[in-house]
Amino acid sequence: MNCRSEVLEVTVEARQVEEAMLALLHTILLHRSTGKFHYKKEGTYSIGTVGTLDIDCDFIDFTFVRVSSEELDRVIRKAVSEFKDALSNSGSDGMGQISLEFYQKKKSRWPFSDECIPWEVWSIKVNVVNLANEQERQICREKVGEKLGEKVINVVEVINRHEYLPKMPTQSEVDNVFDTSLKDVQPYLYKITFQITDSLGTSVSTTMRRLIKDTLAL
Amino acid sequence: MKTLFPLEVMQHFSTKTILTKTQLATRTRTFDTGRDNMDSGLSPQDKKDLDKFIKFFALKTVQVIVQARLGEKICTRSSSSPTGSDWFNLAIKDIPEVTHEAKRALAGQLPGIGRSMCVEISLKTSEGDSMELETWCLEMNEKCDKDIKVSYTVYNRLSVLLKSLLAITRVTPAYKLSRKQGHDYVILYRIYFGEVQLSGLGEGFQTVRVGVVGTPVGTVTLSCAYRTNLAFMSNRQFERSAPIMGIIVDHFVDPPYSSHRPANMGQPCNYRPPDEEDGGAFVGVQDSQEVCTTSFSTSPPSQCVCTLSPSPSKLSKPVPLDNVQLPLAPGLVTHTLYASRLSYQPPAAAGPAELCHPAANPNQMMHGGKEGGVVLVPAHPVHGADAHLTVEHPPITPGSIGDDDSLSHSGDGRRDEGRRSASPSDPVEALNAFTRKIGAFVNKPSTQITAASLDLPFAAFAPRGLDSEENDPMVQPPDSPPCPSPLQASLHSQGSEGSGPQDDFVMVDFRPAFSKDDLLPMDLGTFYREFQNPPQLASLSLHISSQSMADDLDSLPEKLAVYEKNIDEFDAFVDMLQ
Repeated sequence: MNCRSEVLEVTVEARQVEEAMLALLHTILLHRSTGKFHYKKEGTYSIGTVGTLDIDCDFIDFTFVRVSSEELDRVIRKAVSEFKDALSNSGSDGMGQISLEFYQKKKSRWPFSDECIPWEVWSIKVNVVNLANEQERQICREKVGEKLGEKVINVVEVINRHEYLPKMPTQSEVDNVFDTSLKDVQPYLYKITFQITDSLGTSVSTTMRRLIKDTLAL
Repeated sequence: MKTLFPLEVMQHFSTKTILTKTQLATRTRTFDTGRDNMDSGLSPQDKKDLDKFIKFFALKTVQVIVQARLGEKICTRSSSSPTGSDWFNLAIKDIPEVTHEAKRALAGQLPGIGRSMCVEISLKTSEGDSMELETWCLEMNEKCDKDIKVSYTVYNRLSVLLKSLLAITRVTPAYKLSRKQGHDYVILYRIYFGEVQLSGLGEGFQTVRVGVVGTPVGTVTLSCAYRTNLAFMSNRQFERSAPIMGIIVDHFVDPPYSSHRPANMGQPCNYRPPDEEDGGAFVGVQDSQEVCTTSFSTSPPSQCVCTLSPSPSKLSKPVPLDNVQLPLAPGLVTHTLYASRLSYQPPAAAGPAELCHPAANPNQMMHGGKEGGVVLVPAHPVHGADAHLTVEHPPITPGSIGDDDSLSHSGDGRRDEGRRSASPSDPVEALNAFTRKIGAFVNKPSTQITAASLDLPFAAFAPRGLDSEENDPMVQPPDSPPCPSPLQASLHSQGSEGSGPQDDFVMVDFRPAFSKDDLLPMDLGTFYREFQNPPQLASLSLHISSQSMADDLDSLPEKLAVYEKNIDEFDAFVDMLQ
């Protein structure tokens, strides 16, 4: 099957990068997480409950909803802050991209290692601007808030097309589809990567790949 | 009751559907009913499940929408082990009142073709004007997806749709408005069933589609139409409040008593200068204060009563359709949510029941604290007339969004505000807290102290019988004090706070928890504020004392004459003492 790929673009101020990324990543993960599976005999399973949490942004006029899981929040925040540091240290004019990729693992026979087959990739392109005065910043707050709202609507639109989703796995296969390491929720297997583009925009002078989350060390 | 799902077909598993216990138990019953939808290829059990899913989806949709417009942040906990049956595996609390209204509107029916369930969100200002903000529609159309698995795929997709609804409800413009509700306006909801009515949304309304889920009997569609034209608001509402907003900023700049204050800077709207100055900027302020007194009345029993639900396992039990007793007529119901007073705590992991306050007394209101604690506060009607929501909205500062919005106060400081201290830590909070005093004196009808006719500063508390003291120049304060007495102002007029930054110390909020007075029409806080700046004692001002000394000397001969007349009485008195 083909991996579907979605691109979202936002233009923000430097201090808004973190919250904007958190808002979008958490919105996507909200839709791509379920409760913990509990397998029983007879091959049935029950699903735990996912709670939600409203988060107000400090630098943007925006509120987003994320799953109520501190562990997941920590992981995402770590990734986003690395991205933010990379953006500010790159010295470029602040263009970068952070990608959230959902994948499935396919067991291969020895000596080949397991394959990771992505089935959905979300790329968020970020363009950082510098503003001169407080008035512009105030306008930026509101504008970015509206833009993020539009992006959330885009995300919801894509997700509600109900295109390919991995099949619900049996107990032995669940780690190939879901990330079962968290205590309270179970997102699909995902990884977050990012890259910073330099001022030319075409070539990538600094490419940093980090695998933030992987259940098996490759 | 645990919700179990048959597994997706895997190559080494049988394709037989694995039934839950309840399904097994009810299986025999369903075959007897002979439903006529067998031609759609749907088994009776599936049809029954589908109906149940759609019904509870509708109820949960209403809960999500209404909770998103309460004005507070929603927080629920994830639970790894299923705690009963949280529908669609999402922790969405059930406000019983909302469920009740939704069921009444549905009246036993389900959303179907031509029969949509709509939740209308509108705004009502303190002046009584109302405006529809958005309408959320849950519709069903004819496009069927016959091959889809009901108890599995449809259920999961409905769950995703609910998550989308959670996200989208925070994005539409009404969300921001609802977060700021409380004093100038409140947000109302109305549930109706039938034809969708979008005419009240004004011109140019936008539509956002939350999502669709195909089912064997039709496609469930959830969308929102929201108003973009807020012209009514900007013309009427914000013009009024503009002076107030401008006023707050310079609170700490000039003392309100200084006469050189430029007219366009305005005055704090809780201050009334002693000389009854009525600048143009004040008119709006006065009006809004006047309005505040009349428009917020004691909440009628049907309003603003919400109980926190006990642990979800008790409430969210899916009720079989058969057992729901619903009236036949789906009435139109309007509800007022005083959302700032509702607050939800996430269920504790160990499972004790949450704070559950059944609102036996309709006038009790749940008061949401900052940390999410819930304080049950009885709102006694003051003076038999009005309970006020007279909170002045603090200016929006970055980072303060959503922080202080959740508190509202009754008119005379009778709320038990344990958290509010008299000395706020930072100026922003001080501004917020200070401006919340507005309207504390607004409702002072005829019960105003009639001793206002007296010039004595403490006339209200002076012993009534001693008339001679009225004219005594030693007691009476000078006529034109250098610092005008706020006492006169407050005794004469309505709506003055009487405190101001005369010196460095500003009393921004004084709500003594213990003070409650039925005898006098003012409580300790009010008393303190009114008499905070008493005039100087007459004896301390030199020229007055010299003046009165001169008067004394002049009146001496008359006094001596009187004493000589009564000399017999004095002698008798002295004899008595010996």
